[in-house]
Amino acid sequence: MAKFLLKRIASALLVLWIVVSLTFVLMHSIPGGPFSREKAVPPAILKNLEARYHMNDPLSKQYVDYMINVAQFDLGPTFRYEGRTVNDLIKDGLPKTATIGFLATIFALGGGLILGSIAALWHNKTPDAVATFIATIGVSVPSFVMATFLQYYLGYKLGLFPPVGWNNGAFKNLVLPALALGAFPIAQITRLMRTSMLDVLSQDYIRTAKSKGLPGYVIIGRHAMRNALLPVITYLGPFFAYILTGNFVVEFVFGIPGIGQFFVTSITNRDYSTIMGMTVLFCSLLVVFNLLVDIAYTFIDPRIKLTGQKGA
Amino acid sequence: MFKIRKKKSLAVAIAMVLSVSVLLTGCSSNQPAAPAKEMKTSFNAGAEPKTLDPALSTGVPESHIQTALFEGLTRIGEGEKVMPGIAESWTTSADGTVVTFKLRDAKWSNGDAITAEDFKYSWLRALSPALASEYSYQLYYIKGAEAYNSDKGTADAVGIKVVDPKTLEVTLAAPTPYFVALTAFHTLYPVNKKNVDANEKWSLTAETFIANGPFKMKEWKHNDQVIVVKNENYWDAKNVKLSEITFRLIEDNKAALTAFESGELDATENIPTEDIERLKTAKVLKIDPYIGTYYYRFNVTKKPFDDVKVRKALTMAIDRKLIVEKVTKGGQQPAYAFTPPGMVDVEAGKDFRKVGGDFFKEDVAAAKALLAEAGFPEGKNWPADVTILYNTSSNHKLIAEAIQNMWKTNLGIDVKLRNEEWAVYLESQKTLNYNISRAGWIGDYADAMTFMDMFVTGGGNNQTGWSNAEYDKQIKEIANKSGDQKVRVPAMHAAEKALMTDMPILPIYFYTNPWVIKDKVKGTYRSSLGPIDYKLATVE
Repeated sequence: MAKFLLKRIASALLVLWIVVSLTFVLMHSIPGGPFSREKAVPPAILKNLEARYHMNDPLSKQYVDYMINVAQFDLGPTFRYEGRTVNDLIKDGLPKTATIGFLATIFALGGGLILGSIAALWHNKTPDAVATFIATIGVSVPSFVMATFLQYYLGYKLGLFPPVGWNNGAFKNLVLPALALGAFPIAQITRLMRTSMLDVLSQDYIRTAKSKGLPGYVIIGRHAMRNALLPVITYLGPFFAYILTGNFVVEFVFGIPGIGQFFVTSITNRDYSTIMGMTVLFCSLLVVFNLLVDIAYTFIDPRIKLTGQKGA
Repeated sequence: MFKIRKKKSLAVAIAMVLSVSVLLTGCSSNQPAAPAKEMKTSFNAGAEPKTLDPALSTGVPESHIQTALFEGLTRIGEGEKVMPGIAESWTTSADGTVVTFKLRDAKWSNGDAITAEDFKYSWLRALSPALASEYSYQLYYIKGAEAYNSDKGTADAVGIKVVDPKTLEVTLAAPTPYFVALTAFHTLYPVNKKNVDANEKWSLTAETFIANGPFKMKEWKHNDQVIVVKNENYWDAKNVKLSEITFRLIEDNKAALTAFESGELDATENIPTEDIERLKTAKVLKIDPYIGTYYYRFNVTKKPFDDVKVRKALTMAIDRKLIVEKVTKGGQQPAYAFTPPGMVDVEAGKDFRKVGGDFFKEDVAAAKALLAEAGFPEGKNWPADVTILYNTSSNHKLIAEAIQNMWKTNLGIDVKLRNEEWAVYLESQKTLNYNISRAGWIGDYADAMTFMDMFVTGGGNNQTGWSNAEYDKQIKEIANKSGDQKVRVPAMHAAEKALMTDMPILPIYFYTNPWVIKDKVKGTYRSSLGPIDYKLATVE
């Protein structure tokens, strides 16, 4: 296990370094910079600004300085918000995004597993049709439509929940964003669960269990569910990263002060340090979650061994 | 020009008595002692402020909040009038280059007295190269300021002199009649020296935020909301009726409007175009003047726009009324000149635009004739690669499509559309990598110079490649060197005429500010420069 972890961490760092370097190069090669303004900044002032953010250094020096700082977990000051650092943005925003993400996870995972199982158990019957219908809507309706729809009808028309705002994380403010954020994954998980459950249910060992006279809930709960979960677990790695780093659209529409917005706005603002910071964050989270998923496999399926030939 | 304004009223005395009164002993943001009726309101300021440090901020969301939190030497009031702020009066020397401000007895939100030294400190701070303020050029009117900011001069050489704690003497580089009005602009707001020196992150949290306006900061939750409460130390506190304003920071205009309609917000701006019609019918929409012009730039260094006839033909062949009524819908005015209404002319009370008048008429037949003269009869031989560039946005796209269509129908010419992401578009415009490009300009102060100095040869905001000796002379040699409205205003009219004769730009419409506010909120004042002032507002 220790050997496996070390190997994985080493490869993760390599991946991180490549991604960060690529981002650095790409970012500096797109036109415009952090001080591009409709009202042109006079040359003398531009010089002051560049000096203040060390942008007058050669790119190679900027790159080395940045790497040294990142190694010390210092992501640098943002260009967009005076006096705040990228670390501040993450510290302020990540917990909020994670809270919504956590609720969306419960909703998506709970709902998806149940809907998927129901669909498989009542294959080609009405419950299956209903579950499939819900899944299709979740997958095909874009999140900005879903978010606006929920906001307008549940928030404004029916007045069930506040249509917008964080409000110190009050639960009623979190419901709509969590639903909007979970709509896509719930559909994905339902479909995955349905397919894999159908597959498992047709296996020999389920028939054996049935013929042994085991009650239905034991067959489903102990034998079928566990095996059917594997594809869902695989999906969970990217899913968690997606949820944790937030969804720009959902946060934008519901006015959630999370970090999802910075993925998009940092690029439009050419906020170099935030672009890099978000890349580092997203990349690290993705790597960590994939690792966790790999470890989770071993608990669910004893046939999988981490130290074996199985790759990532 | 000799200008004296003296307004030493009883108000000062009363304010002083009030400010020393027992009310203060609690000091913090507790409920006011006499709970008449709590007046609270809310407004969606838009995006998270870049900063609320007045020397460093640049955006509109910031300006709303700062108008509540700060006060400059002057304050803009009803009818765009320059009202005494922290200065109770000022005098301008006969040659217009020395302005002396007399400060009133005013206090910071923490109770310290505001002195002339505070202004000197704040202005030099805004100008210091190390602070690197983007808007520091707003202080370039002061002698030695540009040199200091460009690292070519010293702070000592900047023409700001503290005569005594209540007298500030400012020496200008050239006569600037709008300098006094400019002291109401955020870059020229004062900051508290002791506080700023003690903590460079002072402007980031409510606890360390010291200011001098009608309101003081109670809470700033980043990307969420800023709450300000009445500042009992404000010199005119007796006229401030609101106890609290919540500035929400909702970036999605549609969501902000939904919040307004569900009663969560009392006011919001940046109304989505698709909702304007509906709100107008429901009579909730307010349309305020906004000094800005929406226009297209021509790249005069490239064929076929090096020919003035082509530029004129294209300018005359679009229907602006149709654009403002059917596309933008927000009560915008068709523009037949560059400088928008709302600027003073020679005589106070006269409008620069009204005096200047229109410079051209929409006339398809004449446009066709001009285009034929230029070698494109009925649109023949028209180059295939002429493109309108705009930054990605559905509104700009709709306008560009309308114009594309009008040119096709009226002149028989084809143009393509190209949208670019914001920073890329700015870069293309700057490097003249376009044929026709969408542009917009919002004035910084209510004087035509904020528009007319743009198109001087090589100016950073010219971006058309256009150069005109007459224009340069009127602006640089005459208008910028005189403090006499009788000299400088006619020079600006002449410059605008030169600009509109050569037409390196195609004016489309003058901006407006459509917004919504609940009927119960009264007494807000919205300057045509954009910021909303809640100082005298009340809630029923």
